[in-house]
Amino acid sequence: MSTLTEGHSVTEAARNRRFGPMYSRNVKAVIARGLMATKSSNWMVMLSGFFEPVLYLISMGVGLGAIVGAVEGPGGQEISYAAYIAPALLAVSAMNGAIYDSTWNVFFKMNFAKLYQGMLYTSLGPLDVAMGEIFLALLRGLLYATGFTAVMGLMGLITTPWAILMIPASVLIAFGFASFGMGITSFMKTFQQMDWINFVMLPMFLFSATFYPLSVYPQYIQWFIQAMPLWHGVELLRQISVRTFSPATAIHIGYYLVMIVLGVLLTAGRLRKLFLK
Amino acid sequence: MVWVPELVSNEELSSKQTSTQSQGEQMQYVITAENLTKTYGDVIAVDGISFSVPAGEAFGLLGPNGAGKSTTMKMIGGVSQRTSGSLSIMGLDPESHGPEVRAHLGVVPQQDNLDEELKVRDNLLVYGRYFGLPMSYLRPKADELLEFAQLTDKAKSKVDALSGGMKRRLTIARSLINEPRILLLDEPTTGLDPQARHILWDRLFRLKEQGVTLILTTHYMDEAEQLCDRLIVVDKGRIMAEGSPASLIREYSTREVLELRFGSERNATIGAELEGIGERLETLPDRVLIYAHDGEAALEQVSARGLRPLTSLVRRSSLEDVFLRLTGRSLVD
Amino acid sequence: MTEQRAHPPAVSAARARRWGSFYYAEQVLRVMKGYGWTIVMYGVGQPVAYLFAMGVGLATLVDTNSEAAFGGVSYLAFIAPALLISAAVMTAANEFTFPVMDGFKWRRVYYGPHASPLTPEQIATGHIMAVTLRFLLQSAIYFVVVALFGASPSGWGWVSVLVATLAGLSFGLPLMAYAASIKEDKGQFAMVMRFIVMPLFLFSGTFFPLDTLPLVVRWIGWISPIWHGTELGRVFSYGYEESPLLTILHIVFLVGLAVVGWVLTKRQFVRRLGQ
Repeated sequence: MSTLTEGHSVTEAARNRRFGPMYSRNVKAVIARGLMATKSSNWMVMLSGFFEPVLYLISMGVGLGAIVGAVEGPGGQEISYAAYIAPALLAVSAMNGAIYDSTWNVFFKMNFAKLYQGMLYTSLGPLDVAMGEIFLALLRGLLYATGFTAVMGLMGLITTPWAILMIPASVLIAFGFASFGMGITSFMKTFQQMDWINFVMLPMFLFSATFYPLSVYPQYIQWFIQAMPLWHGVELLRQISVRTFSPATAIHIGYYLVMIVLGVLLTAGRLRKLFLK
Repeated sequence: MVWVPELVSNEELSSKQTSTQSQGEQMQYVITAENLTKTYGDVIAVDGISFSVPAGEAFGLLGPNGAGKSTTMKMIGGVSQRTSGSLSIMGLDPESHGPEVRAHLGVVPQQDNLDEELKVRDNLLVYGRYFGLPMSYLRPKADELLEFAQLTDKAKSKVDALSGGMKRRLTIARSLINEPRILLLDEPTTGLDPQARHILWDRLFRLKEQGVTLILTTHYMDEAEQLCDRLIVVDKGRIMAEGSPASLIREYSTREVLELRFGSERNATIGAELEGIGERLETLPDRVLIYAHDGEAALEQVSARGLRPLTSLVRRSSLEDVFLRLTGRSLVD
Repeated sequence: MTEQRAHPPAVSAARARRWGSFYYAEQVLRVMKGYGWTIVMYGVGQPVAYLFAMGVGLATLVDTNSEAAFGGVSYLAFIAPALLISAAVMTAANEFTFPVMDGFKWRRVYYGPHASPLTPEQIATGHIMAVTLRFLLQSAIYFVVVALFGASPSGWGWVSVLVATLAGLSFGLPLMAYAASIKEDKGQFAMVMRFIVMPLFLFSGTFFPLDTLPLVVRWIGWISPIWHGTELGRVFSYGYEESPLLTILHIVFLVGLAVVGWVLTKRQFVRRLGQ
């Protein structure tokens, strides 16, 4: 009695691989699947995601802006209210898109569409799936950010070529949220628990100096908000939009780099819990 | 670098098969499980089962709902972690070599998990990409499998538009995209109409002829008798019996069964009067079963005792009798 | 074995004729109870967050820069009715879309009662009754929070709870008729949220008076249940001055849209369940 063993050289190589059972270096198959699914999906739905921040910008920037007038920008200079909230709306949109793609979308495909069950019964590993999904989320974020920046340009809200750096910066913000979001989803079991995510997102959206400066709050609330990720994203994009950099810029970027590293570690550590039950 | 699993054509496979068999004693096991155990919290889903499956065999796992069949299948695919015990698929542990093990497998899960966002043919192509297979291989292979699954004219349809039987056939076609040597089928025909079931059985039988190892869970006894060379009956996570369908019937039942109905009032008391006829007697709420080598002879004995049943029926013993004897008649769910 | 026997079919039929809608409303409410905790948390959390952020935070910016923009009331008092109405409309956009699709397509929950003596119209109306109750509860919680913020100076402020419920139905029922007509999910509801609900929320005089906007987009407010509801709410909560004719127009608009939506919904339910 002997066990059938095929002398695959690849199989042998796989024995010594890091992440061996989790990763098969085939992220591109997951990405290809995502792109193909996009082709058959409703293009209007895809586009609509880009319109939301634009609508906010027109309503709040133009409508409310007429009442508010000019406000103080990052460097102390006066800027229009629309120019003040536009980078903030871009940061919010990067956060929302990334969180949606890495939480609801993953949760749905895992538990309802049963898409990942099919994928994970192939030679793909969970890490391939996770990396592919995050990549797709960032790709979408990149497209939206580019569109929104173009709209800002059309509305005359861009005064410096440096503003184009808002695009990679929003991808950085999206990466931070997406890597964390997926790790958090691994702890979720029911739809009700998924609702808690919105519970954190809504106040963060409203309070992170999106629509008015942080200075309206008492000191301790300011500290609390400054500890939240969205505030760093809003400030980073706002600084880029008017090309006013300070040591704080480095802190904002550093915050997201740390967030990405921690998020990726969390997600990697939770892959089994997320995909293999 | 993308790892492309070594593709073995069917001819090669079957030649390997014959050479294996000609070696006589030298059995080659593609799956070996020893003391396989899986617990979810306090619940023991699989309770230390052991079995081995040689290449080319159609191996069945029979059992009531919740017996641990699906969990066993998931552990074989390495998508569920075992609690203890050992498992080897093609000589590899699926937990440490998930991608490599699954490269050998085709999986038909209990519920179809087709990619609803993709069209029928794209489902096959994309699934093949998950194995790192090149498009030059996948395009003709997808068409061949659509033909095999009788879905050629649905190639461009949405998955949503397919009937239950078609979806099932597409899932099976999808599981074959990597030319697997082992096919895991979790209740492949549950919920299908008789026509669809027979088409599926025919397709599975062809695969078996080509030397594919079939691992099949079912609670349809006719299905197990049709397809399986050998099977284990599992209940509450343990193996209750093991053998070929015929040998199990021989061991746990008689050649024939005589079914008698006396009306629900008399059934309960009639047992004593039938004592001694056949090898074994079982009283159910609605009828009495007499297990005997010769059913007609048993019926004559009943008449000779002056008992007049409302209806009587002599039939061959089936796996169902074995199954019910081993796992009990009370509802499990 | 139970001693009590089921009453005769004739009695079942007669009762269903009379109370059928209530029976179905009961079922929907029981389902809602499953996520009742979420409803209450949202009911309290959302007004608190919005009122703090907009009514207190943003208000510091708005009130210092242009004091007289809101007819003599604080920015907080100005937006409170708008937020209350918008919240009801947003809820309507959720309760009258996915659950309806669930009823006809995903879990087919409407088909169970359809096999009982209930009629399709009763199923539609029962669903609407249950959601109306949710509007009332949610709006009442919202109003309490508004009152605690001191954002409802008039003694008639509580009427805005009813106005919000009406606005929710006025927006929600036509949407429900549409949802009942959808056979295939192609992301229509996401489109409704983004291309209808969002613009209505942002361009209905919610965060600033409608007159501030150029005419090109001002019409959005005129056809928006949120604008009509908000204006009405402002009349009750702080005595916002508008011509009585306009007040009547708001009410007629809201009631009219709700009734049309209700009739269409019932017709659609009969057609769809009869297929």
